[in-house]
Parts: sequence; C-alpha cells; structure tokens
Amino acid sequence: MENFTPYSALFGGILIGLGASLFMLLNGRIAGISGFLKGLLSNSTTAADKSWRAAFIIGLVLSGLVYQAFVPTQGSAIENTPPIILIIGGLLVGFGTAMGSGCTSGHGVCGLSRFSLRSLVATVIFLSSGIATVYVLRHLN
Amino acid sequence: MMKQILAALVSGFILGLGLMVSQMTNPNKVLNFLDVTGQWDPSLLLVLGGAVVTTTLLYRKIFTIATPVLESQFYLPETTVIDRALILGALLFGIGWGLIGYCPGPALASLGVRFYDPLIVIVAILFGMMGYRLLSCKTIVK
Repeated sequence: MENFTPYSALFGGILIGLGASLFMLLNGRIAGISGFLKGLLSNSTTAADKSWRAAFIIGLVLSGLVYQAFVPTQGSAIENTPPIILIIGGLLVGFGTAMGSGCTSGHGVCGLSRFSLRSLVATVIFLSSGIATVYVLRHLN
Repeated sequence: MMKQILAALVSGFILGLGLMVSQMTNPNKVLNFLDVTGQWDPSLLLVLGGAVVTTTLLYRKIFTIATPVLESQFYLPETTVIDRALILGALLFGIGWGLIGYCPGPALASLGVRFYDPLIVIVAILFGMMGYRLLSCKTIVK
C-alpha cells in the first residue's frame, strides 16, 4: 500500500462531486462523460445540446492543462502502454459505455448518488471485469 | 443558452480538477487500484467514496428545488430495467478500462498532461461508440 494517497484521493473525490452537483443544480443533468461524447456523435442531438456537451468536455481538457501548469510533476512515471493496446482498450471503453449507457462518472458517481439500481449493477460489473483484466495481464503472464 | 454553456464549462473544469488532484488521470494509479492481488492502491476507493458522498448530499438538497437554475426541468435517466445491454456493456467497458487504465473523463483531462496516449484513447473511444451505434441500428432493423 505504499502508493496509497488518501488525502489527495478524498479531496479530489470531493471536487468531482462538487463538479457533478453544480452541473445538476444549474443544468439539471447527470454529469456522464461517456454520454456527452456519445451525444456529440449522435444525429438526434440538437446544436444547442451539442454546444453544452462540448463545453463540458472543453472544461475537462482545460482543467488538465491548468493543473499541469501549476503542478507539473504528474506527467512522468507512466507505464508505456503499446499503441495497439491503447486502441483496443479505447474501442472497448467506447463500445461498452455506449452499450451500457455510462461510465465511471455517469454510473459510478452520479448514478450511485441517486441510488440507481442500474448504475449499481453497472458499477459492480465494470469494477469486477476491470479487476479480472488486470489480474490476467499482471499475474497470469 | 450562453449561461448553460458556461455552466457546463465550469462544471467540467471543477470535475476535471478533481480527477487531476486525485491522480485518476494517471493510468498506473488506476491499474494499481484494479490490481487487488498485487501492490494494491486503494486510493480510487476514496476518490469514488468522496465523490459519491458529496454528490449524494448535494443532490438531496438540489432535488428539493422545483427546477434547475438554468433549465425548465431536471433531465434524469428514466430507464430502470437491468437488461443485457447494461450488463454486457459494463463488462466490455471494464475490460477496456483494465487494459489501459483510462476511462473517458480522465482520458480527456490527461490531454494537457501527456498528449499522445490519451488522444489515441479518445479517438478509439469515439470509434467504439460509432461501432456500437452501427451495430444497434442494424439489430433494430432486423
């Protein structure tokens, strides 16, 4: 457990909750990032809907840029994942979140906070299959 | 409309800062959390816990008002059925997540930290989503 960072984890988690709650308070919607991406691709989303979805995503990207400008230590020490794995993993994340209607933010944070049974089921399943995948990759090779 | 766009931008920014502070934008940290039989790093549990407790408490307050500040109604998911799409979709998402340590939010927030890996991931995510849409359209036609 030498990598355990309880304080930054808790503080970051609270910020995530504040962002998700602010979005519900102002725009009345779940902060589900895979749903925002999916909506941007969809023909049935209106231009107005697309613009706030894009704005949320731009906010996410900006947060990384701004944080990195002030705390520039985090970029290093990243495992080199081969591009082909990044592509396969990304395809699965995209396909799976579109099919299952959500990811860690929509199901994991917002769904659990509304006591949604669907989101609880989804969260338990993606945590389990994620754990199983890492187990196979790191311990069965 | 401008207000909704600004609200979305600020909400996304705050949520993204949370991902950065908690290092959820570091795929190693995520993979070390999923590695329960190895050098397990339980941090993500506190990230999720902190986020869920905060959101639960604030949602309860927010839902006591009749309408959101900038919209005429709340837009909440209405589906409640636990179907095959939910289960299979979550299963596939988890496999992808376990392969790369990125989910959609952290991949976007990481673009400013290390450009290429998250960019590859985001483009692949978009293609995966389009792939599902094509497949589900065909299934409906049948």
